[in-house]
Amino acid sequence: MNNALIIGQYVPGESFVHRLDPRTKITVIFFFVFIVFLANSVISYSVLIVFALASMFTTRIQIRYILKGLTPVWFLIVFTFLLHLIVTNKGTVLIDIFGFSIYSGALIQGFAISIRFFLLILVTSLLTLTTTPIEITDAIEDMLHPLKRIRFPVHELALMMSISLRFIPTLMQETDKISKAQASRGVDFRTGPLRDRVKAVVPLLVPLFVSAFKRAEELAMAMEARGYQGGEGRTKLRELILGKRDYMVFILFIIVTALLFLTRNY
Amino acid sequence: MDITFNHVSYIYQKNTPFAHKAIADLSFYIPSGTFTAVIGHTGSGKSTLIQHLNGLVRPSEGEVTIGKYRLTNDEKPDNMKMLRNLVGVVFQYPEHQLFEETVKKDIAFGPKNFNVPEDEIENRVRDITTEVGLPEELLGRSPFELSGGQMRRVAIAGVLATKPKVLVLDEPTAGLDPRGQHEMMDMFYDMHQRQALTTILVTHSMEDAVKYADNVIILNDGTKYMEGKPEDVLTQREALHNVQLDVPEMVQFINAFSEKFEQKVPFRRQSEAELAREIRQVLKGAGKDE
Amino acid sequence: MRNKIVEFRNVSFRYGEEQPWVLKNCSFEIYENEAIAIIGHNGSGKSTIAKLMNGLLFPQEGEIIINNRPVTQDSIWEIRKDVGMVFQNPDNQFVGTTVQDDVAFGMENRGIERDEMVRRINDTLSAVGMQEYRLTEPHKLSGGQKQRVAIASVLAIFPQVLILDEATAMLDPRGRTEIMKTVTNVQEKRNLSLITITHDLQEVVEAERVIVMNAGEVWDEAAPRDIFAKKAELRKIGLDIPFVAALSDELWKAGVPINNEALNHEELLEELWISHSIT
Repeated sequence: MNNALIIGQYVPGESFVHRLDPRTKITVIFFFVFIVFLANSVISYSVLIVFALASMFTTRIQIRYILKGLTPVWFLIVFTFLLHLIVTNKGTVLIDIFGFSIYSGALIQGFAISIRFFLLILVTSLLTLTTTPIEITDAIEDMLHPLKRIRFPVHELALMMSISLRFIPTLMQETDKISKAQASRGVDFRTGPLRDRVKAVVPLLVPLFVSAFKRAEELAMAMEARGYQGGEGRTKLRELILGKRDYMVFILFIIVTALLFLTRNY
Repeated sequence: MDITFNHVSYIYQKNTPFAHKAIADLSFYIPSGTFTAVIGHTGSGKSTLIQHLNGLVRPSEGEVTIGKYRLTNDEKPDNMKMLRNLVGVVFQYPEHQLFEETVKKDIAFGPKNFNVPEDEIENRVRDITTEVGLPEELLGRSPFELSGGQMRRVAIAGVLATKPKVLVLDEPTAGLDPRGQHEMMDMFYDMHQRQALTTILVTHSMEDAVKYADNVIILNDGTKYMEGKPEDVLTQREALHNVQLDVPEMVQFINAFSEKFEQKVPFRRQSEAELAREIRQVLKGAGKDE
Repeated sequence: MRNKIVEFRNVSFRYGEEQPWVLKNCSFEIYENEAIAIIGHNGSGKSTIAKLMNGLLFPQEGEIIINNRPVTQDSIWEIRKDVGMVFQNPDNQFVGTTVQDDVAFGMENRGIERDEMVRRINDTLSAVGMQEYRLTEPHKLSGGQKQRVAIASVLAIFPQVLILDEATAMLDPRGRTEIMKTVTNVQEKRNLSLITITHDLQEVVEAERVIVMNAGEVWDEAAPRDIFAKKAELRKIGLDIPFVAALSDELWKAGVPINNEALNHEELLEELWISHSIT
């Protein structure tokens, strides 16, 4: 299967990180994005790295799998590093090749930025690796709840997301089915000039749209028959509860942040 | 065209944690011009079997031959299009594959892909429309305005218009009402005989297998469980029960009758009228004895 | 006398002014705890009846009364509590991302407390034999299993009427048997009128009463035995008759003296046995 598509695809598990409330995970990541930029010394970077790696090990997901999922990102990280190497001109000149001078400051800065970048992506992918899409949806709905006051359709948005998630596998199966049916009628999706291949997509897309619309229509009818009339007065089966675990993580995270402030500039 | 499966296995998502065998060591031979029914539960490997017949998938192990075309794991025919032209597949709910603006264009789509000349396509579309029982005035309409049954016929016409030599039917009557089902199966059977097609019907209906098939293949868990003439295979109650299939209702009745009246009435795929006359004979004969 | 639970009074329906009538002047009644089958060719108006019964559509003429309450825009939310419906396509009515979420959906809509929801999820899922799939995602279920979940979702609301609108049409024989067993089982245990819209003759034979639709009109309404006695007429309007009825008819034509009323193997064998003892 295509590896590029599985960046952070959910891996079922029972680890400490898996069992955290999704809101906790989202909050921590949100603030992590900011504190990453606090680090400016070897020690403060070490604090960040230790935190990120510790989180990674706690998920109990194979490290190889996590890193493999990041494959497409490596390119970006290397690219950022090289860019800094060329553009920045602080510090002493280390080497001089083909008229380009590489400065010591560039090396340090390039390294620092790449580490930040890597940590950000690693930590965010930990969220999606350990949280089902529906949990993320629940958390977003809950956290956006205050926006309801300004008439932001929070419930509708969350319902839309959860229904889309529900139908992704169905539509994938359907795509496979229709493309095979059209291939049997002589459509060639794989070879031939680009123009023909683009044209070959029409017999696939039209039936997919037609069927998606039909599904949507039937689903709407089924939902109505089951008494759906908007978010008003609804109760919820899925509930999010903050537990001891979550408070522990918050405290830990505050400590990490404090440490960062303390170790800055050292 | 003769079709052979020679120790065919097919593994989905090979070399991943999700790998599973859909077909395992499957072998059979279908002689040209015969009508074969393939029966089995969902998940018995029927749809994977079908996909081998026109090269949509290739066997992970073993070999499939369709006429002169040969498919193995690392070998495929140079001209896949020719193979797909020779083997017409009517998938389940084929109306889901309609996409053109008009019925006519949709029926012509397959022949066009297989490079049939324009005027020939014109003729074929007209002929096939009558054959599948669609009124000619529908040709200019959008297929999406038609009733479910009509859409089904358009989709089937689209497959038949490519003039296949092998016709593969995956539950072609699912969702139709009883009359629609009879009409459609009779249409296929008629075509099978007139054009000397090799027909493979995937079905859940024991009755259809009895009525139309020369041979029956029962699939279970991706392997061949039984194979033979309908009157031999579909009368084996125990064996079929083991894979949660039932014998046709007529067989059930004949068995119960034979037991109660202690006289064997053979199952020879007779019609209900024929069976009635046989029962009358038995009753008369029994009456005389007393 | 059983209570009337559904009543159609001279109901006519069409999808638009220019469109042909789908239902023409239909009247019938359905009683408490009754098992009804509605049959008819495709396009005969069967499914429209189902949609009219819980206010997914409204008739242009006539009146529909459910549980003493006329179906109107204002009463539909009450009506939909009384009338639960399982549709044909198992995929297009599964809303939740897991089995238990789907069963909860209808209850969430009605503001039922969470504890009560959990209790009812357990009850209804065991009633349809799906309790061990509580956390399973829909794409990992078979068609029959999805339809059983759909039945559980409806039962969780405690409806008085359960409509199966060709709910077995897209299933294989195993799935069909699963659903029929589930439904019989459920009907025995709960007070429920069951309306099965179907082409499956087995389902028809098991009903107490059959309503036959033809071209938008109620063609006939009687017990299965009486319906299947009209063999030639049924075939004329595009319907099938069960094997036993067909064979019985052929026997009768061949001059075997039987009643020609049998609906199952035992009955026909019994008739044959009697006729054979007489001669």
